[in-house]
Amino acid sequence: MNNRLSQTLYGSLRGTVASRLLCGFFLFLAAGLTACTMPVPESQALVVYSGRNENLVAPVIESFTAETGIRVEVRYGGTSAMAATILEEGPNSPADVFYGQDAGALGALAKAGRLQVLPEDVQSLVDPAWVAADGSWIGTSLRARVLVYNTDELTAENLPANIHDLTDEQWRGRVGWAPTNGSFQAFVTALRVIEGEEAAQAWLEAMIANDVQVYPKNTPIVAATGAGEISVGLVNHYYLLRFLAEDPEFTAANYHFAESGPGSMVNVAGAGIVDSCSNCEAAEAFVRYLLSQAAQDYFLSTTHEYPVVGGQVDLPSGAVPLDTVALPEIDLSDLEDLEGTLALLRAVGALE
Amino acid sequence: MSKPLFVPMWLRPQSRSGQVRLPASMVLPSVLVAGLLLLPLGYLVFRATGVEPHVWRDLWSPSTLRILGRSLLLVIGVNASVWLLSLPLAWLVVFSDLPGRKLWTVLAATPLVVPSYIGAYVLIAMYGPRGLLQQWLEPLGIERLPSLYGYPGALIAITLFTYPYLFLGLRSAMMSLDQSWLDAARTLGQSGWKTLGTLLLPVLRPALAAGSVLVSLYVLSDFGAVALLRYTTFTSAIYLYWQSSLDASAAALLMLVLVILTMVLLGLEFVLRGRAHIARTHAGAGRTVTPVRLGRWKYAAWLLLGGTVFMGMGNPIIVSLIWLVKGLAAGAVLQPVWQAMGNSLLVSLLAAVTAVLVFAVPTAYLAERYRKLSARLPARAAYIGFGMPGIAVALSLVFFGARHAPWVYQTVYLLLLGYMVRYASLAVGPLRTQLSRINPRMEEAGRLLGFSEIRVLWRVTAPAARGGLLTGAALVFLSTMKELPVTLLLGPTGFNTLATRIWSATEEAFYARAAAPTLILLLVSALGIAAIFSGEEL
Repeated sequence: MNNRLSQTLYGSLRGTVASRLLCGFFLFLAAGLTACTMPVPESQALVVYSGRNENLVAPVIESFTAETGIRVEVRYGGTSAMAATILEEGPNSPADVFYGQDAGALGALAKAGRLQVLPEDVQSLVDPAWVAADGSWIGTSLRARVLVYNTDELTAENLPANIHDLTDEQWRGRVGWAPTNGSFQAFVTALRVIEGEEAAQAWLEAMIANDVQVYPKNTPIVAATGAGEISVGLVNHYYLLRFLAEDPEFTAANYHFAESGPGSMVNVAGAGIVDSCSNCEAAEAFVRYLLSQAAQDYFLSTTHEYPVVGGQVDLPSGAVPLDTVALPEIDLSDLEDLEGTLALLRAVGALE
Repeated sequence: MSKPLFVPMWLRPQSRSGQVRLPASMVLPSVLVAGLLLLPLGYLVFRATGVEPHVWRDLWSPSTLRILGRSLLLVIGVNASVWLLSLPLAWLVVFSDLPGRKLWTVLAATPLVVPSYIGAYVLIAMYGPRGLLQQWLEPLGIERLPSLYGYPGALIAITLFTYPYLFLGLRSAMMSLDQSWLDAARTLGQSGWKTLGTLLLPVLRPALAAGSVLVSLYVLSDFGAVALLRYTTFTSAIYLYWQSSLDASAAALLMLVLVILTMVLLGLEFVLRGRAHIARTHAGAGRTVTPVRLGRWKYAAWLLLGGTVFMGMGNPIIVSLIWLVKGLAAGAVLQPVWQAMGNSLLVSLLAAVTAVLVFAVPTAYLAERYRKLSARLPARAAYIGFGMPGIAVALSLVFFGARHAPWVYQTVYLLLLGYMVRYASLAVGPLRTQLSRINPRMEEAGRLLGFSEIRVLWRVTAPAARGGLLTGAALVFLSTMKELPVTLLLGPTGFNTLATRIWSATEEAFYARAAAPTLILLLVSALGIAAIFSGEEL
């Protein structure tokens, strides 16, 4: 290398590595520009920020385009990240629609005044239980809280009637939960609303004292339950149905608590129109489409969520009709105090 | 030159010390780029001013200290294990007579491309209490393996997927060592181990320091692996709080604590790096690399290299293949990933070249060649972004982009800036190590011959620093290949990469769909690294 160095030092004209790199750089920059600016964003395309997964909702969005001819550009990300993006973008946000998978993020956008009030006739399509109190967002499909259990170890008869039985000695170290998950936190909020602050705190503390196993989200809980790492887990109902779709032999099943209570509450995935929308009419058409029979059927059959419009006829295997479940009496708009839930979870040490 | 063969240069030649004005041709780009890289810091300060008083109260609580302590424990543990792993690995691929050292280099570098949440998931699937290993051992009556969760799991996962930072840096530093120093030590009858302690380690100090800083900052900024392995760190706590509350102000304030930690680590690096500057003073006549014969040790060497590569790459490949087979058997439909692959390669190579040429060259040169504090600052500024979680970097650029630069917002340019903020620092360390090896007198000779500062950099320094440039490019390339939050938030709408495809599939438990992109990510990255290193002369 040193010989080479002295050669260049005395004026050898051979190309250096740096010059080659620089040539490459400009080539790449040029290529990058052509490749990435090719689909020139037409101002007419509807822009959807989706906190819902591409694998779940891309087919619905495609059929919306097929039906209406409205082109859609979708930015996928986590529900929190997408909501936060709209908040940070401010009035320049390119987003027309926010489509998220928990009422919390929709509520945060609504609270910041970033969602338009939906037209009355759109709101009236759905049971008021699944619509924001101020009409700023609307539920598009339902997700039930369940107890997933390992079928090698347990049958439905051995399972507890309500969440409080999980604090029994026999469940020590055998229950999984995901205290950082939005749906779990919504469930804790429901617990506080239905049974009161003290009961909620006592339950959380008893669960921790009973060596509840902590997971970052629902999927690993279902995976761990099927593997027998834990016996039961507090999750949303549809994760198991997806595991079963990929592996019919998967050794787990869903259980809806026999007694009505926060343990069997139902949450929504929903959508709202962003206040700074530039394509507001198309945005409204999109929200309407999500509530159409075609889209609702799709949710039921493919994402395994419960529809908000129409009956529940052909449920996927492993799913129970919602009207046979002992649902708690609760209004989703009462679940806005997420701050209080986070404070409680922190106070009992569930978030560490 | 009639200098002795090996002279540690404790000080720069006088002409380059403090009084000299820094060349504007280097300062301007450095300051400009460093300024851009500091945008997220500005955003954090701006956001943190709106914080509610109760967050301050929460911050000064014992639980904050406890969580910070957990983060630091992990930093210390991961550093220790990364050193233990990387030093022998780098030594083996540089100095030993092991066959296929170039191939081993590529294989041992590739685990860096495994996203940490995938790495952690794979470890649990393989070695969890009821993982694959347990299933294979079940006939022997083993019902459950010891739990992987908590500190041990986090330590193993992060070690496996960050050691290449140090490994590649050390390798590049070892390759630029003057072989004659080692020969001299051997001629003087010094044993191999003693050479390690008295010559190798001191000479490798800058590379060790630079690599350790990267590893430490990675530990501080990661939340994917620690969340899955159930070890709460400061960052995962902030992230989870932010995710539920969407309280940007509180998150920003807590993130500033992380920035302070980053600065403390950079200070430590400065101490660890040492003040010595060790350069060749001589052309290094008779410098033929004499590989060390491993003899019977070669079995241990095979075991170490093979074991590391198996844990880093083998496990993800096995788990992906299982996903694929199970999914296909159940009738899962795979989706084409060619476009995502093309996008991944394009932005990663762009990021690598930009980081090296636009950022690392001017800042590393300033930091190495001038002893002023002001000359070192631009290189330091780059580390801030690496110490921050990607989502924070991404949201800060969303804020600036959408509000103040809408013409670049959601284009590949701002995406590239995001990658620079995150990863430009990766290119600086190896280049600085290499520059410190190049005798400034070479450059001075160039100046004496009438070349301008830029021309000397171009014709003298850059060719001699080739190894450092390429190693930096490799690190940025691999890191960008797996980058997720910046890509999701700042990419053009509808922009897909392999990393976003893997994330999107695993997020909702479509494991069969994650398998193909994971396998392609590993393969393409290995090929990319091989291509980058083929630019080296061995």
